[in-house]
Amino acid sequence: MSGLDAKLALRRGEFQLDLELHCPPGITCVMGPSGSGKSTILALLAGLAQPDQGRIALDGQVWFDRTTKVDVPTHRRRLAYVFQNLALFPHMNAIHNVTYGMPRELQKPERVARAEQLLGKLGVGHLAHRRPRTYSGGEAQRVALARAIARSPQLVLLDEPFSALDRELKRQLIELVRTEVAQLGVPLVHVTHSVAEARALADQVVRIERGAVVATGAPADVLANITSLDD
Amino acid sequence: MSWGPLWLSFQIALTATAVTLIVGTSLALLLNWKRLPGRDLIDALISAPLVLPPTVLGYYLLVLVGNNSAVSDVWKSLFGGRTIIFNFEGAVLAAAVGSLPLVVRSIRIGLDSIDPNLISAARTLGASPLRVILTVVLPLAAPGIIAGAMLGFARSLGDYGATLMVAGSRIGGTSPASIYIMDQMLGGHDENVFGMALATTVLGVVLLYFANKLTRRMHVHRI
Repeated sequence: MSGLDAKLALRRGEFQLDLELHCPPGITCVMGPSGSGKSTILALLAGLAQPDQGRIALDGQVWFDRTTKVDVPTHRRRLAYVFQNLALFPHMNAIHNVTYGMPRELQKPERVARAEQLLGKLGVGHLAHRRPRTYSGGEAQRVALARAIARSPQLVLLDEPFSALDRELKRQLIELVRTEVAQLGVPLVHVTHSVAEARALADQVVRIERGAVVATGAPADVLANITSLDD
Repeated sequence: MSWGPLWLSFQIALTATAVTLIVGTSLALLLNWKRLPGRDLIDALISAPLVLPPTVLGYYLLVLVGNNSAVSDVWKSLFGGRTIIFNFEGAVLAAAVGSLPLVVRSIRIGLDSIDPNLISAARTLGASPLRVILTVVLPLAAPGIIAGAMLGFARSLGDYGATLMVAGSRIGGTSPASIYIMDQMLGGHDENVFGMALATTVLGVVLLYFANKLTRRMHVHRI
């Protein structure tokens, strides 16, 4: 089966998550108010946390299945995860950040050349030998995206990485993400609480509330008459 | 006044620091693993030398590595009958065990200062647990590790009680600086006491001064 299929159940004290996701290649925006479990979903998909019950499969390949006790460790799941705070390695320059997740089968000169090419393509080639503390917010976002794309992932996870950006920069980066995801041809799960961002980016929207899916479908259907998730 | 005692103390402290860095970093990594069974008990045992009287620590070490112990038998079979106690090795062991809690605590502070998302990011980028430790955790904890090494070195340089019990007052005919100072004081050689005390103080303070500078520089570079 093509795309990501996940059935996740988790209970931690008062918090409860119980939902099913199907994310075909393209961009799926998972939307919900704060505390609804959006970031937890990404952590479970990445293997950074384990669901109490459930199954995660990508293109038919099982990453997690509680019943059959399958649990592929995070580093063997071919994914890219862009964290809300980006999590660029502060002790590495942009080249080293971008080459870090590249397949080890590639020789070092090839990895460096590919990183330089990607950074150039995303408009941050001038940062190649500079460390993250010298980047502006928008530059850091682009380097983080380059690092994610460079891995040639089978699944991309974005945890509200654009939330702190101004509108114009956000628009530029959304265009970049759309183009790159189209080229990769893989599912991208984007967690956000911004309705405008979801309208601009998503092929599919999944709305969640208190750990459960309340609506799934095209942005025009799911987000009709909604201007804010607080409405 | 002979500089032999200071040179001997320097060699003991340097070797003890190398040992505590390897053991201390491993223990700190282990203790930062939240699901480690008996984590608090292990932490308390490692920290015990901070609160034990040096003679008690020396007694335990004598029981552990004394000439009739299994550890001593293995050591002697490996190193042509050489014993641990009343030798350089004994002094290193006493200094290392005494300074280990300081080193472990300092390294743990360094480890705790790392943003957990950086470790998660490395894992999602395909890094194995060992690669995460070598390329992300240890470089980012470096200020804590260096500070721990310097603290451990300074502590080892001044070890007295446990060293006296495990290594004796003379190693190869020379006393470590701390024991030499006591011997000279009991012998009424005040000028030697003053000279060695001053030299030990200068060495310790200079090392700590450079350690502080280095640690601050590394903090600036990693932000």
